Amino acid sequence: MIFNILRKELKSVFASPMGWIVLTIFTFLFGSLYLTGVNNYFEVMSGAVRPAERMGVTQSVGQIVYGWAFLIVLVAVPLLSMRLISEERRSQTLPFLFSAPLSLTEIVLGKFFGLVIFLSILILYIAFMLSTLNIWSDVDFGFIMANSLGLFLLVAGSSAVGLYFSSLTSQPVAAAVMSFVTLIALIFMDRIFVADPSNPLAQFSLMRHFQSFSTGLIDTADIAYFVLFTITFLTLTIRRLDADRLRG
Amino acid sequence: MTNLTVEATELTRLYGGREAVSNVSFNLKQGEVLGFLGPNGAGKSTTMKMLTGNLAPSAGSVKICGIDMIENPKEAKALIGYLPEMRPLYKEFTVDEYLTIAARLHRVSSGNIKKAVENAKERCGLGHMSKRLIENLSNGYQQRVGIAQAIIHSPMVVILDEPTVGLDPIQIRDIRALIREIGGEHSVILSTHILPEVEMVCDHVQIIDKGKLVFNGGIDVLKRQRVGNKLLIGFNNIPSVEDILKIKGVTEAEITDNNMMRVRFADDQDQNKAPHEAIVQAAVKNKWGLYQIAPDQTSLEDVFVQLTYQDAAAETMAEAA
Repeated sequence: MIFNILRKELKSVFASPMGWIVLTIFTFLFGSLYLTGVNNYFEVMSGAVRPAERMGVTQSVGQIVYGWAFLIVLVAVPLLSMRLISEERRSQTLPFLFSAPLSLTEIVLGKFFGLVIFLSILILYIAFMLSTLNIWSDVDFGFIMANSLGLFLLVAGSSAVGLYFSSLTSQPVAAAVMSFVTLIALIFMDRIFVADPSNPLAQFSLMRHFQSFSTGLIDTADIAYFVLFTITFLTLTIRRLDADRLRG
Repeated sequence: MTNLTVEATELTRLYGGREAVSNVSFNLKQGEVLGFLGPNGAGKSTTMKMLTGNLAPSAGSVKICGIDMIENPKEAKALIGYLPEMRPLYKEFTVDEYLTIAARLHRVSSGNIKKAVENAKERCGLGHMSKRLIENLSNGYQQRVGIAQAIIHSPMVVILDEPTVGLDPIQIRDIRALIREIGGEHSVILSTHILPEVEMVCDHVQIIDKGKLVFNGGIDVLKRQRVGNKLLIGFNNIPSVEDILKIKGVTEAEITDNNMMRVRFADDQDQNKAPHEAIVQAAVKNKWGLYQIAPDQTSLEDVFVQLTYQDAAAETMAEAA
């Protein structure tokens, strides 16, 4: 049943221009970053670099590409998540789902995975693009895997946030603005508390937990953080929809 | 008892302390069409939302074919097809795509989806619209798509909130025939403002006003109320009221306008005692110049107004039912 909702959401995102626009912009963006990264690598490496400062091509190019990946979270997630529930509220299509034999959990999870799978296209695209370096060099696939996993968890967490804000309002733009502001705060939380890294609030920063993945380190603590973060917002969304039924 | 498809028990819904629906109870048997009438804001849609599990009742319970909506919502919802007041259409899809999604979500097995979609389209007259975007369809066709999604999984209970709004007369006739057809096998609940429609398609009528059921009974009870025991007679040389009252069976008479007279007679159960023939004979004998005689029907609208706006009348009707 989750799968049926997921299919409907994917179909819907490909039936609207927004999905294609996001895919186009981000393939262009990451394509350019990749080219810049490759050029940059040759410029730096052809110059006089001390052996200790040399780094592999995967890391050199990867850092540049994955360094900008948070834009997916900041731009694509609010743009695509805003319509998930609030659009249905506005066009009064929620009764269609509520009166079908589905639980609220299935509806919410279906919508959530629909968005995450759509954005995974970009994650896979980036991973594939970096893997093409393997044609003329030895790519560190572990690095790409760790970054992809980190990015996937980051996207999942932020999608849950976007879905939650989408369930709060019947105005998609309001939902987009709210999730954008929240995500920007969550991403740069560690910058805000840069003077005081021990502050517990800094621990909430999404970027801090993404950091270890971006160096190629898969840390279970970070995975646990993202999983809990996602579950929290999905639960809030389910509760918000249940309130519709109870309070009307 | 097994063929009760809908059992609503003392349904109550509060909106911030105000009772939108209070203590509504009714049963529906398989093969019945129930009409839901009421002025705007009476609680028709709220009741329907509670029946379909879109809204949790503040008190009371709903059972669909014996399955409790609150305890087993999934199983109960699988037996229902619902068209809300606002058509829940995803306008970016084509008719086929949308109906396929509807069939899938209502657990139609994957092998039967194509057949179910074709069947629903055929029944709602949508065959030639398959590949059109719902967004580009006219209002009436969108309404048909809405009805199609409600019947696609051939549910036991079909609940339609004002199904004939926005349709042209021919479409309305088709949809009414369709409702009758569905009502033959399953149960249908529909709400409407169009009173003749209720008479045409429904077996049962419920009139709801200010959240309370003011009438619940068979359509024949309502019809009997409507036909009544009055005659409207036109004379060229109008006789006096006394002359008419002399005729056996006539209990009351009044002159309505210059040449018309309204006559009330005692009892309509025994047609032989009705004074129609005696009046005609008297008219011929006395050369009253009779040119028209017809039963004076209270329109359904009048009955409706009576029921919803006169509490006393409402109570007697409810008792009679």
